[in-house]
Amino acid sequence: MTETASLVTDNDSRHSDETFASTAADRFQDASRSRQGGSRRGLGRIRRAWLFVARRPSAALAALWIVLVLISAVAPTLFSGQDPLDGVPADKMQGPSPAHWFGTDQIGRDLFTRVVHGSALTLQAAVIAVAIGLIVGSLLGLLAGFVGTWVDDVIMRIADVLLAIPSLLLSLALITALGFGTVNVAIAVGLSSVAAVSRIMRSEVIRVRNAVFVEAAFASGNRWSRVLFRHVLPNSIGPVLVLAALEFGTAILAVSALSFLGYGAQPPAPEWGSLVSTGRNFIATAWWLTALPGAVIALTVLSANRLSRALDSEGRRSR
Amino acid sequence: MTRYIAFRLLQAVGVLWAAYTVSFLVLYALPGDPASLLAGPDATDVTPEQLDAIRAQYGLDRPLVVQYLDQLLHLVQGDLGTSISSGRPVTDVIGEAIGPTSQIAAAGLMLAIVFGGGLAIVATYTRHRWLGQLLLAVPPLGVAIPAFWFALLLLQWFSFALPIFPAMGDNGPSSIVLPAITLALPTGATIAQLLSKSLITTLREPYIDTAWAKGASRSRIHFRHALRNAALPALTIAGLLVGQLLAGTVVTETVFSRPGIGRVTASAVGAQDIAVVQGVVVFAAVVFVLANLVVDLIYPLLDPRIQIRRRRSSAGRTTAQTGVNA
Repeated sequence: MTETASLVTDNDSRHSDETFASTAADRFQDASRSRQGGSRRGLGRIRRAWLFVARRPSAALAALWIVLVLISAVAPTLFSGQDPLDGVPADKMQGPSPAHWFGTDQIGRDLFTRVVHGSALTLQAAVIAVAIGLIVGSLLGLLAGFVGTWVDDVIMRIADVLLAIPSLLLSLALITALGFGTVNVAIAVGLSSVAAVSRIMRSEVIRVRNAVFVEAAFASGNRWSRVLFRHVLPNSIGPVLVLAALEFGTAILAVSALSFLGYGAQPPAPEWGSLVSTGRNFIATAWWLTALPGAVIALTVLSANRLSRALDSEGRRSR
Repeated sequence: MTRYIAFRLLQAVGVLWAAYTVSFLVLYALPGDPASLLAGPDATDVTPEQLDAIRAQYGLDRPLVVQYLDQLLHLVQGDLGTSISSGRPVTDVIGEAIGPTSQIAAAGLMLAIVFGGGLAIVATYTRHRWLGQLLLAVPPLGVAIPAFWFALLLLQWFSFALPIFPAMGDNGPSSIVLPAITLALPTGATIAQLLSKSLITTLREPYIDTAWAKGASRSRIHFRHALRNAALPALTIAGLLVGQLLAGTVVTETVFSRPGIGRVTASAVGAQDIAVVQGVVVFAAVVFVLANLVVDLIYPLLDPRIQIRRRRSSAGRTTAQTGVNA
């Protein structure tokens, strides 16, 4: 929410940006570039990627971390061969060591393994949440911005009300109605981000709708659905995708906070928030049980936010 | 002025009604059975007859519209219904919790304003570029750190490693410190981000050049000229910030085992006590509306260019309840 706010204020100040090439002008540039020969183009792409990394090493590190986390969600055994659910009771409550990077818990399970295996549940929930928020939010924003009139009024007034309720409380209300569990937590987090997404989408759509090329598309006899999905949507989705990266971080925060409170994954299933929650019982004696899984969450959210900012400034630079 | 306040109050009532309606739709009309929620999360062996009895007892067998209007009528009379788990009126449950929560929330808000605002001012005032860059790198950290983790770290450092502050409970001023710091972190980071950004843009305005040309000192320009203008955007999100603080109490009060709104919310969700959850949502909307009302009334004092009568017609200012996204 907080970063969302700063994103939105930005939008007002830039009216001339389209993040992804598909306006007539961009396609023209693409075409003339490809005339100049394919090899140069390929080289340009590598050079651009290298420049991107060299200009912002922190963004590259953030990307690397996200990739590692994503791999650990898909193939956790690549990082740790130990069992996340069965422990060695003799090794219980050991501090971090070369054998157990993050130490072991009260029944001798390797904490690093549990964190690695836990990323699957947490990321799965975050991805579901972002997908719901993004799809529902951008459809509503698209509708509101494109149709205008009373449709716009109704959708935006509802969004106003939803924004007036703190998103955590809204998710909690949704969880009360839907019941506990990781998927329900994900749905709740996703639905409570719909309002913010729809607002940004709407403001972008309104900006694009009045552009000359949309007028031209209408004038050349396209149906409104084609204009909407072929011309308006691709040109207004950029800031929404930047927001998606941001929402990914926010969703991880929200999902782990809700599982920390005990509404998400139930033990013994490893999940980042519930790992911290279990570690809370041993806070006076075993600092690593809360500190290290929490640090992983913080790093992941930080990386997602950093990537979102890099995407945002890259989108603006490539005009 | 009176007309303006009356108009704003009417608008506030509108927001409250809408928030109430949203929470009703979420809690009663979503696919899901309020009666089985009422029976409790552990009740797996409830017979259909028992469910029917519960429905009849709470009036859930009536059409949704009738339930909605009936509850709305009670709400207008200040009745938020009865807590299912404790059997007490929801207004009492929430009313008791306001005291302890407002202590940590007020302390947290003060810390957030002092440190968040201070960071933004120092970062833009300093002549050492590295110091400015370093300070501006802090707020993104503040919004990315999970509050529950930060609270637990504070506990480890200042209650167990160095026993300075009590680890839990609500006794005396020293028990407020750690919860207030936890609450202040995300809010202060947001204030710092917003204020530093708006200070940077304000300092590039032409009127700042004019002030330089007239020979004003650096500190006078920064505090008299730039800060006053730059603080206005930060003020518009006051409602959102207070809402964020309130939501933050759910995690904070759970970690520090303090009584308050957050604890009430957490246990109500745990027990699926829909009446209390709905009460908390409505309470949050009340707080949000009040915060915005206060901001709107003090806005003209800070910015004499804005006069209340003119603001009614200008859409941008009056829709403060939509936050910064206008």
